[in-house]
Amino acid sequence: MIRTVDVKEITENIREMCIAANHVLSPDMGRALNRAVRSEESPLGRQILGQLEENLEIAAEEMIPICQDTGMAVIFLEVGQDVHLEGGSLEDAVNEGVRRGYADGFLRKSVVKDPLIRENTKDNTPAVIHTRIVPGEEVKITVAPKGFGSENMSRIFMLKPAEGIEGVKQAVLTAVKDAGPNACPPMVVGVGIGGTFEKCALLAKEALTREAGSHSSVPYIKDMEEELLEKINKLGIGPGGLGGTTTALAVNINTYPTHIAGLPVAVNICCHVNRHIVRMI
Amino acid sequence: MDKHITVPMNKETAGTLRAGEYVYLTGTVYTARDAAHKRMDEILQNGGALPFDIKEQIVYYMGPSPAREGRPIGSAGPTTASRMDKYTPRLLDLGMGGMIGKGKRSPEVMEAVVRNGAVYFAAVGGAGALLSKCITSSEVVAYDDLGTEAVRKLRIENFPVIVVIDSKGNNLYETAVKEYQKTGEDMV
Repeated sequence: MIRTVDVKEITENIREMCIAANHVLSPDMGRALNRAVRSEESPLGRQILGQLEENLEIAAEEMIPICQDTGMAVIFLEVGQDVHLEGGSLEDAVNEGVRRGYADGFLRKSVVKDPLIRENTKDNTPAVIHTRIVPGEEVKITVAPKGFGSENMSRIFMLKPAEGIEGVKQAVLTAVKDAGPNACPPMVVGVGIGGTFEKCALLAKEALTREAGSHSSVPYIKDMEEELLEKINKLGIGPGGLGGTTTALAVNINTYPTHIAGLPVAVNICCHVNRHIVRMI
Repeated sequence: MDKHITVPMNKETAGTLRAGEYVYLTGTVYTARDAAHKRMDEILQNGGALPFDIKEQIVYYMGPSPAREGRPIGSAGPTTASRMDKYTPRLLDLGMGGMIGKGKRSPEVMEAVVRNGAVYFAAVGGAGALLSKCITSSEVVAYDDLGTEAVRKLRIENFPVIVVIDSKGNNLYETAVKEYQKTGEDMV
């Protein structure tokens, strides 16, 4: 069976999702932040976490974006192979959704047309779009607006296979330590291991869209997620980078097969808001 | 003890502030971030004058989201300060009283803060909605074409910040992190 979906429906959903993601914290992040408030040892750290909670209440109630950096819109599309899209270009429809969402939601326009000439496009387009064709007759949309305070602190390491699991852990800890106060801690750490150079970076980005508190289905990766979260929280960086025991709220690791000669590791760092929202159409 | 300070502020006031203190600022500050700094630096290179008198002023590294109707400003939290490091020592030498941002500064900025008796405050990154409530008015004073990156004059009331680098060169990012570090030599 072929199911027909008008791309206008995708535009409207993305418009709404851009606005929602920038004003309302996702439930998994809310739970993670709540746990942190209870466990933080530093008094200043607790005060800052309290400010962040108050900030979230004001954002949702008064419709003021959680952060002024409402991000570059990263959109993941999983299009069922039994879906027929009509009504125009899919990418144009996505960008139109971003354009309308950022205008109607009073979101900041943070995209420049050329990385060196740097003229603002004034509508926050284009989005960064990752599309996959999957079995089925649905379209899964994930909207993850990404701020650059944390994006700028993200890293990729092309390790040697001999560096092994210890090398991977060191790479993640190094990236988090270097990010320090710049990435608006407490952070969420998305890690990609394997694939090629670009696949690894994409794995790390996808890991950020996984629920905070969820774990890899691979037992030793789940163990590494837990061990790294514990070690990161012993670095002392703390809320706002001003010292404390809550430096990260979650470490999510995604893996992929790789080449006999390589061990790529990407660390994509996100702030405590880690905006992500998913809908099925 | 939380402190209440009126801004702009002179060196004498800045000299009383210590790294780690929680301070509420009331008065006026100017916003400038990447593009405005680049433009101001070009003006200074060419012997021109800055779009506002920077003496004793606090510059807030911030580019707001658009204001909804009836509000002075949208979300208005700090951006990463280190991107302005290249331009900052010159502005401090011209008498800038201090800065509000988030994140680490370069050794050159540290030196210029001490040399000029200035201060670097951090506001909480990611608390843009909360901080917007402490801004009572906003007016573009230069570079309107830069959109969110324009220079704005803000009126602030009880705006919460933390002293990170004080005029004596103490740096809270270094001292506070050490206090809660529980790592052995084997880690990183």
